[in-house]
Amino acid sequence: MSGFVSRGFRGRRRPSEGTGGRVPPGQYVEAGFPVLTAGPTPRIDLAEWRFRVAGLVAHPRAWTWEEIRALPPSTFGGDIHCVTKWTKLDTTFTGVSVDTLLDAAEPLPAASHAVASSYGGYTTNLPLDDLRGGKAWVVWEFDGAPLPPEHGGPARLLVPHLYFWKSAKWVMGLRLLDHDAPGFWESLGYHNHGDPWLEERYWSD
Amino acid sequence: MDDQDLRVDGNAAAGLLGEVFALEATAAWTTCGGCGAIGQVGALLAYCHGMGAVLRCPGCDTAVVRVANAGGRWWLDLRGARSVRFDPAP
Amino acid sequence: MAGRAVLERLTWRLARVAATRAETPRFVSLDLEVAGWPGHLPGQHLDVRLTAEDGYQAQRSYSIASAPDGERVTITVERLDDGEVSPYLAGELGAGDLLELRGPIGGYFVWEPALGGPLLLVAGGSGVVPLLAMVRHHAATGSRVPTRLLYSSRSAADVLAGGELERLAAAGSGFAVTHTLTREQPPGWDGYRRRIDPAMLTEVGWPPAARPLVYVCGPTRMVEAVATALVELGHDPARVRTERFGPTGG
Repeated sequence: MSGFVSRGFRGRRRPSEGTGGRVPPGQYVEAGFPVLTAGPTPRIDLAEWRFRVAGLVAHPRAWTWEEIRALPPSTFGGDIHCVTKWTKLDTTFTGVSVDTLLDAAEPLPAASHAVASSYGGYTTNLPLDDLRGGKAWVVWEFDGAPLPPEHGGPARLLVPHLYFWKSAKWVMGLRLLDHDAPGFWESLGYHNHGDPWLEERYWSD
Repeated sequence: MDDQDLRVDGNAAAGLLGEVFALEATAAWTTCGGCGAIGQVGALLAYCHGMGAVLRCPGCDTAVVRVANAGGRWWLDLRGARSVRFDPAP
Repeated sequence: MAGRAVLERLTWRLARVAATRAETPRFVSLDLEVAGWPGHLPGQHLDVRLTAEDGYQAQRSYSIASAPDGERVTITVERLDDGEVSPYLAGELGAGDLLELRGPIGGYFVWEPALGGPLLLVAGGSGVVPLLAMVRHHAATGSRVPTRLLYSSRSAADVLAGGELERLAAAGSGFAVTHTLTREQPPGWDGYRRRIDPAMLTEVGWPPAARPLVYVCGPTRMVEAVATALVELGHDPARVRTERFGPTGG
């Protein structure tokens, strides 16, 4: 029904003016923080919680909740972009840089990609380069408070320069590989990389 | 808000599934690949949002049906179903 | 044959708003005229799609409130304060406006007289809408299937179609309605004043031996509590159909 416009409908979007080029193409600004979930929120006992780095690494490592929180903290302040077209400006997440975790595990030269996996079974794939160089975190605080379970608490992966489905909620580890291995949404039509500035939303983009 | 509030019935994915299947998808019967439970797609627990729909077994939470309309293509994953049965339209 | 039916219900059509009616402070009914409407079964829903001038679109599903009636279809929309679509449907649209929709959708949560009964309909808030379509179709077809509606609302002001339900219950066609008002009750109220629980389901509903067909609709939490209670009371899970509306109840 191309061409039909609903008289007087604007939607809930906030205007993008004044955002100085911070909003990627096709996105609109959302003041809230929508919850998108593909399954039930996992209930994780912090005593049992682990974050593991495994696969093509010299030293496979696992951190307990206490151990990971004792690492040098790192905070991200900035914008996040969901493939469903909302962008949330000026978020703050605190946790540990993935660089810290990878440095401890020592990726092997053959490692080119990673799969992040989560409690509850979710997976997402990323090039290793998108996890290094200060671009990724494992975070447990959002806007100064503990990350709520519906947003991925106790801890989620945060890779804000890519579409937010790559920031795996309830993350439990990274497995380093020498090939790309499509994860939950990537095997269902979504882009393997997911750069919002290039609108890499879908498989053929 | 609890995640429990977000789940709905497989019937909520009827529109999206209807774009793919010629027969009424919510009336189809699936055998769960996780626990073997047999039930209608309409009775699965559905998690639906802008990326797609994930329909899970009410008994064991296995994703029995995953469907997305990603950029104008429909993607369907039925690996979580051991079998899917469509009865003829009445 | 199946292919054409599929195309019918997936085709986006332009419906004309014939009238809007404020049912309660928060609910508005939209009477629509849908050229080419293929008909529907009580319990089905339709998808509404709104398009802004810059091409932005929002889509939502709404249960059909009316019994099948040619090309006339009514939806009853709850205006959510922080909603994106409902304030437009329940506040901006007026008679003469066009509304893009497709349907009917959903073959799982439907009732028609041929499915028999006895019938227990359990509604929480806006969850009553698809059940009203069932009740209205029951009346319109002169069905004698014994039907009981258990309807939970916050207060008397939130009850949809209260007068109509009372008239249908008085008509002697085997339909009865029981209300529970959970937050506020009018003076002299001697009905239920609590959330639906196993005791209420036992008092109001049919015993499991009657093997009723049960349809439960409302906010996800309420639906799950009621469905669980019914199964624990001994009802056959295969004869309990649910339509969870999600967190806001519709």
